[in-house]
Amino acid sequence: MAAALDLATPLPRELSPARRALRRLARRKGAMVGLAIVVFFVVMAIFAGWIAPQDPLATSWSAVRKAPGAAHWFGTDEIGRDVLSRVVWGARASLLAGVVSVCISLAVGVPIGLAAGYVGGWVDMLVSRLADAMLACPFLILAIALAAFLGPSLTNAMIAIGVAATPVFVRLTRAQVLAVKVEDYVEAARAVGNSHLRIALRHVFPNVVPPLIVQATLAIAAAVIAEASLSFLGLGQQPPAPSWGSMLNTAKNYVENAPWMAIWPGLSIFLLVLSFNLLGDGLRDALDPRHG
Amino acid sequence: MLQFLVKRLAAIVPTVFLVSVLIFTLQQLLPGDPAVAMAGEDRDPNVIAYLRAKFHLDEPIPVRYLYWAKGVLHGDLGDSVRIQEPVTQLILEKLPVTIELAALAMTIALVIGISAGIVSAVFKDTVWDYGANVFALWGLSTPNFWLGILMILLFSVRLGWLPASGYVSPFEDLRANLASMIMPAFVLGNAIAAVLMRHTRSAMLQVLSADYVRTARAKGLDERVVVLRHALRNALVPIVTLGALEFGTLLSGAVLTEQVFSIPGFGKLIVDAVFNRDYLVVQGVVLFTASAYILLNLLADVAYVLINPRMRT
Amino acid sequence: MTTFFRSGRIAAFVLAALVCAPAAFAQTLRVGLAEDPDVLDPTLARTFVGRIVFAGLCDKLVDVDEKLTIVPQLATSWQWGPDQKSLTMKIRQGVTFHDGEKLDAAAVKFNIERHKTMQGSNRRGELAPVTSVDVVDPYTVRFNLSAPFAPLLAQLADRAGMMVSPKAAKAEGEKFGAHPVCSGPFKFAERVAQDRIVLERFPNYWNKGAIHFDKVIYQPIIDPTVRLANLKSGQLDFIERVAPSDMKALKGDAKIKVARMVEIGYQGITINVGKSDLAQKNPLGKDARVREAFELSLDRQAIVDVAQDGEGLPGNQWVAPTSAWYAKNMPIPKRDVARAKALLKEAGVTNPSFTLLTPTTADAQRVAQVVQAMAKEAGFDVKIQSTEFATSLDMADKGTYEAYVLAWSGRADPDGNLYSFDVTKQPLNYAGYSNPEVDRLIKESRETVDPAARLKLFEQVAAHTLKDRPILYLYHRHLLWAYSSKLSGLRTVPDGLVRLQDLKGR
Repeated sequence: MAAALDLATPLPRELSPARRALRRLARRKGAMVGLAIVVFFVVMAIFAGWIAPQDPLATSWSAVRKAPGAAHWFGTDEIGRDVLSRVVWGARASLLAGVVSVCISLAVGVPIGLAAGYVGGWVDMLVSRLADAMLACPFLILAIALAAFLGPSLTNAMIAIGVAATPVFVRLTRAQVLAVKVEDYVEAARAVGNSHLRIALRHVFPNVVPPLIVQATLAIAAAVIAEASLSFLGLGQQPPAPSWGSMLNTAKNYVENAPWMAIWPGLSIFLLVLSFNLLGDGLRDALDPRHG
Repeated sequence: MLQFLVKRLAAIVPTVFLVSVLIFTLQQLLPGDPAVAMAGEDRDPNVIAYLRAKFHLDEPIPVRYLYWAKGVLHGDLGDSVRIQEPVTQLILEKLPVTIELAALAMTIALVIGISAGIVSAVFKDTVWDYGANVFALWGLSTPNFWLGILMILLFSVRLGWLPASGYVSPFEDLRANLASMIMPAFVLGNAIAAVLMRHTRSAMLQVLSADYVRTARAKGLDERVVVLRHALRNALVPIVTLGALEFGTLLSGAVLTEQVFSIPGFGKLIVDAVFNRDYLVVQGVVLFTASAYILLNLLADVAYVLINPRMRT
Repeated sequence: MTTFFRSGRIAAFVLAALVCAPAAFAQTLRVGLAEDPDVLDPTLARTFVGRIVFAGLCDKLVDVDEKLTIVPQLATSWQWGPDQKSLTMKIRQGVTFHDGEKLDAAAVKFNIERHKTMQGSNRRGELAPVTSVDVVDPYTVRFNLSAPFAPLLAQLADRAGMMVSPKAAKAEGEKFGAHPVCSGPFKFAERVAQDRIVLERFPNYWNKGAIHFDKVIYQPIIDPTVRLANLKSGQLDFIERVAPSDMKALKGDAKIKVARMVEIGYQGITINVGKSDLAQKNPLGKDARVREAFELSLDRQAIVDVAQDGEGLPGNQWVAPTSAWYAKNMPIPKRDVARAKALLKEAGVTNPSFTLLTPTTADAQRVAQVVQAMAKEAGFDVKIQSTEFATSLDMADKGTYEAYVLAWSGRADPDGNLYSFDVTKQPLNYAGYSNPEVDRLIKESRETVDPAARLKLFEQVAAHTLKDRPILYLYHRHLLWAYSSKLSGLRTVPDGLVRLQDLKGR
């Protein structure tokens, strides 16, 4: 009898939902591998200046399209630049393309979605119709039209991708807000006299965050691919500045006689995007207890 | 039910209107004088003046929109300036190609996505789970134009099994048609397979922990029967309706895939038209596909309500 | 039993013969194009690739040969009038259009007037000096000119000289391009936009002995790697515009032959010397010495080697050094960085900076990057501004640029590479160049029919324009074709058009 209730040993501390989620995330090996690779590329991007062995813009007429060797571990490109250095520096452009686009989508989409979901009425109707209209157009077409309108550059590509992806976040936020709005604790907060703004920020928003994190991670993966696609069409990062997408675009013409030009940026895009996808999936599992 | 339908149909009209305004404005705002772009390298001033008058380019944007909208409501989407063919004719020419590509891609996506999702859910947290994950994800993790070029080099140039590009109508030669479509359909379907895998997996996981499954297991039923007969059928409900929603993603992916494989579908048509400033083509095709997408969404919602008795209130 | 088998075998043999027999006679030529052609109406057409299809579809009054000499096609002979203000042509007899209509002087008159008056016609400028066409007799026409016009024959060797059936043109009007009716070796069968253009042999072609194919299918395949893959896998018999980097590998391939021609166009950099205020605000546009220094900082052969894999010919004029119209008094300058630096010092700018407007085409991008690196050594800070091609044309038109990487596809007569670019206020004079002496010389060269006198005038023009440098000509590309080794009889004319006469398969 006494053994069943051993009051001498303290009860385990209650973990906050965030800590529990992180624990679950750590258990999914796929997500951990993804996280590790993402961190690897982020470090590569931040410390590109120290890591890259040579100047990514330095041309050399005598070393055009040389195969990988001692002087150039990844070979050289069509005007003699070192591919390894360009891949290292390109991480910056590709990561920026992914992260900044999604930040734009979040910064624009989430407040609009919150407002639409919380306020309702004609604001909701207008926002929903507009989001539906944007989602009805194929994403890449929208991005191409926007990028063409703004002009070919990495910054404009990021803006184009970010704006084209905004309706997804508007929809997601709005749906979450609608689901949470009818919860008891929100009604209780209203009854007590909290202002709408306080309720929106204090009670509604924190519940919107988990699916947003998941969607944002997956969106970064899609944005990196979108940057590569825009580069394929000549929009996006312009030479001589390196980005994996534009390197792949140039390299596609030399696949048979200089495959190293395409292999390394292609592999890098693949690893980075796969990692974000794995991480996003892991986050979804971790943040949604039904999947845990 | 009827009320639900009427409400949804009423929402379609403003949405389509907004799509038309959106795509029209985007095209008109593209930098550069469309008349100069359309006039070609000879840049004959007479031709430019003629084009400016023909397309009302000296009028303000809202007026130009009205000219175009009027034509649309009469079924006239205008002509392609580059090849002088009516846009409606171009759409009808390319529609079967795009539909076939989408259908094949969807089939491949369903096969890969659903099987990977089942394996991943049933063997959760094992090596099979991660394997199925990566298998379905790798299609989403590679730019499709890159995958396309690699496949062409392998299957067409090196092995000679499949044609490198081009399109043959299925009515002319079914075998050649499938041979030319299988690679682009695979490239396209791959990306969507990942989305389907995720949904299958999450739906399966939800269902597998449900009561009636536990009951089936307690009854002593074979695991395979449990999975396939009971769990999957219920998990399939949201997946089937996903098909319609992914049409938009398919078209997006088709843009570059068609370019690489030279498939004469909508994607290729739109991209070329954007760069040639053949904006009537872009506007017409996007309006058409957007409307189709919106209608498909409506059908999907109706199907979902019909299939899922719990939604019927 | 045996009779059953025997009759079965006989039936199978007959069946096989029936199936195979027509296949043995039907020869199809599959051509891969780099883009989808535009409208197939010679009056409205505006792209280079469209002319490739026209080569099989529409015959013209005259043609050019490998040396760019004018040779007869629909016209058999011609004579300039006494004061060179008229050209009388004898039309070939017995030629019919694809719809059976007769091709005679009246048809020629109709066509020229169509080129000159149809709404949206792109041929007006090409035929500007032609004031009227007279039907002298059923098979003789006379072109009346406002002034002697030396390039006339070259114009008539291109789209301006293509003849369409008057009956079909009147019936279809604007929509003629959807079902063109001409008088070339092949007639129009079908077109699916961005997929294929199918032409079928015209049995009543006047030169049918030279045609050895029953069908020609043109397929636009934009990606050069995929286009070549199609040729290698046997799906195509012929491709145009092979990527220079693929040429080396093709040398060793026994199943594929290659052809290279120096183009009649050029690749160059146009400089804003007077198109807008930007000309005065940038050191390159303001001072001719800075432009000279820029030219001296470039090594043209190296540009060709790196940007085109050696598949090009360095040049410094609007025609290639191999052309009969090349001004030998102005040879290509060698790279001289020291002199460039000295000139810059003299001009008072040691580190001039300017923006190089570059379309997002692969060629232009490579050239710009190489030029940027080379010019840096002389002290130039070149900033590359990439824009879409359509946008870049617009900017050049408005003069909102400092330097622009612009190529020109070229015309058979040197006037086509010169007049619109260097004469004051002409449509293609993006540089804004205006020199009354040059205007006079070029106009005179147009009106001089004698080749020797004309060349002297071009030499004088070169002496001016190569010093003023509104356009820096860099090189002339090699037009690269690759085709199945089963083909023979291919004519390699530098205009890059695929002529089907005398081309044989197998």
